[in-house]
Amino acid sequence: MNMPPLLRDIEFAVDLSFVNAKGWILDLLSHIVPDWVVVFASIVISGVAILVLGPVIMMYLTLLERKLIGRIQNRYGPNRVGIWGLLQPIADGIKMFTKEDIVPVYADKVIHCLAPIVIVIPALMVFLVVPFGERMTAVNLNIGLLYFIAVSSITTIPIFMGSWGSRNKYSLLGGMRTAAQMISYEVPMTLSVVPVIMMSQSLSTNKIVLSQSGSYDMNWFIFTPWGIVGFIIFFLCAVAECNRPPFDLPEAESEIIAGFHTEYSGMKFALFYMAEYMNAFTLCGIAATLFLGGWQGPFLPSWIWFLGKTFVLICVMIWFRGTFPRFRVDQLMGFAWKFLLPLTLINILVAGLCHFISEKTGWIYSFIIFSISFWVLVRLNRPWMPEKRHYPLAN
Amino acid sequence: MTQVENRHPSETLEINFGPQHPSTHGVFRMQMLLDGEKICSLKPVLGYLHRNHEQIAENITYAASMAYTDRLDYLNAMTNNFAYAIAVEKLAGIEVPERAEYIRVIMAELARLVNHITVIGFLLNDMGAFFTPLLYAFREREKILDIFEEVSGSRMMCNYFRFGGVKRDLTTENLTAIMQIVRRFPAFLEEFEALLTKNEILCMRCQNVGILPANLAVNSSITGPVLRASGVNYDIRKVDGYSIYKRFDFRIPLGEKGDVYDRYFVRILEMRESLKILYQALNKIPQGEFLNKKTLPFLKMPRNFKPAVGEAYGRIESPKGELGFYLVSDGTPQPWRYHVRAPSLINLTVLEDICIGQKVADAIIILGSIDIVLGETDR
Amino acid sequence: MTSFIEEIRKELSERLPNIKLRLVRASILIENPKDLTQVVFYLKENPRFLLDYLSSITAVDYLDYLESVYHLYSMEKKQGPVVLRVRVSKTDTTIPSLIPIYHGAELQEREAYDTFGIIYEGHPNLKRLFMWDGFEGYPLRKDYEQEDSEILETADIEWLESKGIGITNEVKEKAKQMKMENKRAAAQKPEKPRN
Repeated sequence: MNMPPLLRDIEFAVDLSFVNAKGWILDLLSHIVPDWVVVFASIVISGVAILVLGPVIMMYLTLLERKLIGRIQNRYGPNRVGIWGLLQPIADGIKMFTKEDIVPVYADKVIHCLAPIVIVIPALMVFLVVPFGERMTAVNLNIGLLYFIAVSSITTIPIFMGSWGSRNKYSLLGGMRTAAQMISYEVPMTLSVVPVIMMSQSLSTNKIVLSQSGSYDMNWFIFTPWGIVGFIIFFLCAVAECNRPPFDLPEAESEIIAGFHTEYSGMKFALFYMAEYMNAFTLCGIAATLFLGGWQGPFLPSWIWFLGKTFVLICVMIWFRGTFPRFRVDQLMGFAWKFLLPLTLINILVAGLCHFISEKTGWIYSFIIFSISFWVLVRLNRPWMPEKRHYPLAN
Repeated sequence: MTQVENRHPSETLEINFGPQHPSTHGVFRMQMLLDGEKICSLKPVLGYLHRNHEQIAENITYAASMAYTDRLDYLNAMTNNFAYAIAVEKLAGIEVPERAEYIRVIMAELARLVNHITVIGFLLNDMGAFFTPLLYAFREREKILDIFEEVSGSRMMCNYFRFGGVKRDLTTENLTAIMQIVRRFPAFLEEFEALLTKNEILCMRCQNVGILPANLAVNSSITGPVLRASGVNYDIRKVDGYSIYKRFDFRIPLGEKGDVYDRYFVRILEMRESLKILYQALNKIPQGEFLNKKTLPFLKMPRNFKPAVGEAYGRIESPKGELGFYLVSDGTPQPWRYHVRAPSLINLTVLEDICIGQKVADAIIILGSIDIVLGETDR
Repeated sequence: MTSFIEEIRKELSERLPNIKLRLVRASILIENPKDLTQVVFYLKENPRFLLDYLSSITAVDYLDYLESVYHLYSMEKKQGPVVLRVRVSKTDTTIPSLIPIYHGAELQEREAYDTFGIIYEGHPNLKRLFMWDGFEGYPLRKDYEQEDSEILETADIEWLESKGIGITNEVKEKAKQMKMENKRAAAQKPEKPRN
């Protein structure tokens, strides 16, 4: 990169500002306290940063969503509390804290009260392997991706716990739908990540990002044939995993009122809400890491690149919410099992093919293979394709 | 699949899509027996909004009932007024001047536009599109409601029609405002359609769902867009030719299959035909009186309005179906019997038949496409 | 319209001579309620009339008798209304149901039963539609006495006490007195009808 040395120094400093800040604090402590406390303090600082970052991100994500959806619907979002509604999440937080906590009489109290806790913990734990910047992964596991997939699949259980423990038929319907949906969409999500692992030859999120460096730091996986298809499949599965529209059957507001969180109020509902948005953020972050190059990018500091890419993906998710109606359960399952799953397997095949032949012929071959497979899958899923109708006008 | 079902019979889940529900268009209850996600049986339970409309009308004069008819189908009040006015005019033999007829047709077609937009918006809201099509539709509805307010003083409960004409004349400003709406509406319909008609998720959710065969529809006394989407050509505006509909040139869209998608699309096509009628009416409206002068004394002293002994059944094509009023008079200022033939109630006869075998999510959409309003159903 | 009704009446008296009909105010009155299904079936199947659309079923209370009024139209031939009437006395109020012929009669007959008390034989589900299931009385009849909601009867007091709500002794005494005199808690009807 041809930058004047002064700009490069400034960029370096900004890039590593958080790392340097942490190093400075630890340095200060090492003079005062023994060594093992310093190690302990390092873990605590990372943990505190995540614990503060998570809920703050979630709060401002809710505000962003409400304002964006408002603009899509030709109205302002919240703009009374603070300039541009910036204090709205704080007002929401106060509301959630002070609401009455209602527990149904016949509910299974243990499961009912445990469910929101069990759903928030994995949502927070996943933040540990997300690479926010160049040396800013909280815990640099070398099985980071496996850890991420495993921990984020725990989310199915507390949703089912919540729906079962509420002792409400609507919640039960919602819980069953959720369990089916989340388990179905785990499979294409995991399989669509396999080409990335193959190409970067590592499961650590940091190494995956590093393997996408190249010409001008823009050698992202999305610019490869298998990367595009893999990214689209992964993103759709991520939207389904977060229970966001158009895959939001579990909390289908107009059909089963609120699905699995019908009977929750107050702080417990706030925890469910928080878990959903934190899940959305982390899944977008991981999508950015795996396919869009993580924190790689020219000129700007790394964490700005990462946050920018994640922000774009979150805006796309919010855009989906404001535009599409939702799927029905059986159509949802059919989509996952009969369409996405074969496509992921073909994607792995194409990734292997592209590794062994040169780039240009790789594009041509993969284009041919993908179009044929797409056409075959569409024909096989024929019963659900839209038909053309003819409407006579009579006198 | 069938073998597994026979060997392991499962228990059915009885669930109430109860009176309080975001998508049942009012206080309406459906008792469903579910087997997994499939519906085994469905019984509608009504009466949560029963306000005894028919008995109230037996104690008050004919003119006073006009304000109560607004509250029947509260989304398009002008239509109810129209039907009641036609019924009383049949009973008492009152004639309506030309200009008043044109004004009535204009108001009725505007009400039809309002109703169809609202129905489509709520149908998509039930499907989960989270208010975006609904708010687009409401933007247009607001413009039409502004006109209703200028003309009659109230946005929804208009109370605008009188026996023998309308209450107040339309000024040239009102006419230009309506013409502006009519000119801008097709652009809005195209934007709406571009977002919705070819949308894959909508097609997947609506096509081949809730199919209503034509002979079942005719046998079950279904009317309105639901009937026409099943392919039966019956529109009371063409059959009876009440008011001055025979002078306008418009066609009736028919569907092929009778599923939810057909009902949705037939409503969009009907909106286009309504725009044609409005355009012709606005161009041809003559000058003249807006109220039959012979009925003026009755407006001041309603208790002098004593129609002859007899009965009358007046019906119109409301946006939901056939809305009819059956009046029996005994020579006193109050009617002896007043009955409303409500399309929303009668269109519910087939709800069970077309919902059995479908999934829960479909039942909500089918209910949304049949288009009920609880004010009419329960009266 | 009258000529259409005359035609129908002539045809019916030719084809179904056993059935007594009368013309009342441009509508056909069927003297014997049991003949209703036969007449309607004939009108529906006859290729000249093809009245396949039952528009509305109404019931009217003329102080001596109850009347059930049917409006039939033809969707095939786009022909005008044919109005049929059937009269029953207030004591014996059974009319054969039209459900085997027209499926659309279901909810309307339930409404007529609920508000007037006309019992339709052959209706698969003749329950109340608007009122709740335990309601007594038929509201739209002219001799229906509305209950006053302020005055309690003994049955109401028993129900309230079973739910744990205390009732004062004066109210209990009044209710006992009413029960001894065999009176119902009727509302005061206004002397003049309101405007």
